[in-house]
Amino acid sequence: MTAQRIGRAGRAGQYAALLAYLVFLAFPFLWLISTAFKPPRELGSLHPTWIPEDPTLANFRQAFDEQPLLRAAGNSLVAALAAALVAVVIATPMAYVMARNRGRLTTAATGWVVVSQAFPFVLVIIPLFLILKNFHLINTLSGLIMVYVVWSLPFALWMLVGYVRAVPRELEEAAAVDGAGRLRTLVSVTAPLLAPGIVATALFAFITAWNEFFFALVLLKTPEKQTLPVVLTHFLGAEGVADLGPLAAAAFLATIPSLVIFAIIQKRITGGMLAGAVKS
Amino acid sequence: MISATTTAQPEKSTSRNTRNTKGGLAADHGAWFLVLPALIPILLLSVGPLLYGIALAFTDSQAGRTEPTQWIGTLNFQDLLHDTLFWDSFRIGLLWAVGVTVPQFLLALGLALLLDQRLRLRWLARALAIVPWAMPEVVVGIMWRLVYNPDAGILNETIRDLGLGVGRDWLTGLATALPAVIIVGIWAGMPQTTVALLAGLQNTPHELHEAAALDGAGAWRRFCTVTWPALRPVALAITALNFIWNFNSFALVYVLTGGGPGGRTRLPMLFAYEEAFRYGQFGYAAAMGCVMVAVISVMLAFYLVGRLKGSEDA
Repeated sequence: MTAQRIGRAGRAGQYAALLAYLVFLAFPFLWLISTAFKPPRELGSLHPTWIPEDPTLANFRQAFDEQPLLRAAGNSLVAALAAALVAVVIATPMAYVMARNRGRLTTAATGWVVVSQAFPFVLVIIPLFLILKNFHLINTLSGLIMVYVVWSLPFALWMLVGYVRAVPRELEEAAAVDGAGRLRTLVSVTAPLLAPGIVATALFAFITAWNEFFFALVLLKTPEKQTLPVVLTHFLGAEGVADLGPLAAAAFLATIPSLVIFAIIQKRITGGMLAGAVKS
Repeated sequence: MISATTTAQPEKSTSRNTRNTKGGLAADHGAWFLVLPALIPILLLSVGPLLYGIALAFTDSQAGRTEPTQWIGTLNFQDLLHDTLFWDSFRIGLLWAVGVTVPQFLLALGLALLLDQRLRLRWLARALAIVPWAMPEVVVGIMWRLVYNPDAGILNETIRDLGLGVGRDWLTGLATALPAVIIVGIWAGMPQTTVALLAGLQNTPHELHEAAALDGAGAWRRFCTVTWPALRPVALAITALNFIWNFNSFALVYVLTGGGPGGRTRLPMLFAYEEAFRYGQFGYAAAMGCVMVAVISVMLAFYLVGRLKGSEDA
């Protein structure tokens, strides 16, 4: 903490440690990008280099030729957008009640949020598979979206409860004193203050669904319906023999949306985790 | 996420507590109206399937079967007890979960302590530290396969450059596969852990820190007497959650090794997935899920007891 107490050697040590962390955290991603731009000759070489000697976009073209990436990205986009929208629309009112009201319902909901973190998905996926099959929702995006909505709810509720608590109750009470009804207060006082938090939560739910693999693997059978993460695994082929260039190119492209959105909401997510963690 | 452990703004929440007991929305039917749109999907697609899954564990349910499913009591569990492949997988799952969670916590603690200092480039480090969080697990797996690739991978190339040998095929070696995937697991879970610990650090009382420094306490002593007691609840919560998440993890190892070589990295989730969706043994796989839940519950119980003890000490 107190900077003047730490000697120059200590400071240098801290920077060295920080550098080591940054290398550890960044190098796999840099290697992915490097591989994505390498021509086959360099990929087959026994002395791979960090910077491609002869950078090429051929891997990207080949990736699109080999697998239906655009269609998969479209499926992912539809699933993630729908799941994020529905999740915040139904989670916001519930989070409001959980934040403002301390009844049995709130206790039960909080319990579910915590317990749902400990479910092994395998115990849930078999019944979900059977239920969705009964309703002919296997191998449909609608079925997958329903599952995504429910599985993004714990984190969405967690974040939103924190954001609602941050809206001072006094503001709502003042509006009530001024003669605004319950609904009017919610719409014109509380909602605008919550808006940034709701957007951040929706974006986080979007990333979660965009990145999700397990449910999509089990629930989507035909290639026309599959989402991006599932299609990416098709590049791996049998016995782990993979065409490295297109694999890296496709993986790099699939990550960009998540990274961009994460960069936008990064501060709010870390802040939201804190807010949700404030002892109730 | 961090559960209700950090104690920022205690004065505010207590003042609210007293007001909340006065009813407010509690006796209000409007509350139900607000809750139902989320509650119905939760009951139908989360709570319901969970109970259904537990029930399935006591049946002979199979995929694509014509005759009706029957109750078979605890037969699945008796079979499971003698299924050495499952227990091998379970042992690997525990090794993996501990092997990832413990180093992950120590590394993240170090990083969080560094990021809490007033260092230059701290913003860059903070941004980079959470990048793995944003990546699809499948991409993380693919990325590390490129790193571990025996010919074109950077790891073997570095080893050759340093003259430490010719390297090896990390992910298919019987001895190296599990350690190799554990390192990926550590890497992938660093951000959540670091963010949680950093949040905890920022709640530690700075005045105490300065007072201890004035009294001549060294950095290690200050960490033990001031930082750690304040951080302890967050640390317990995040390690417990990490343990659970890691034990239940699937996508990373599925992409990296598919459970190979020779089942050396076959985590319980992969095992149960194959049992259910490759061999169609729904009932048996559900029983595996139940055993996993039981173990996790025991772990959670230990964690809660630990937390209670911690708050008694404080």
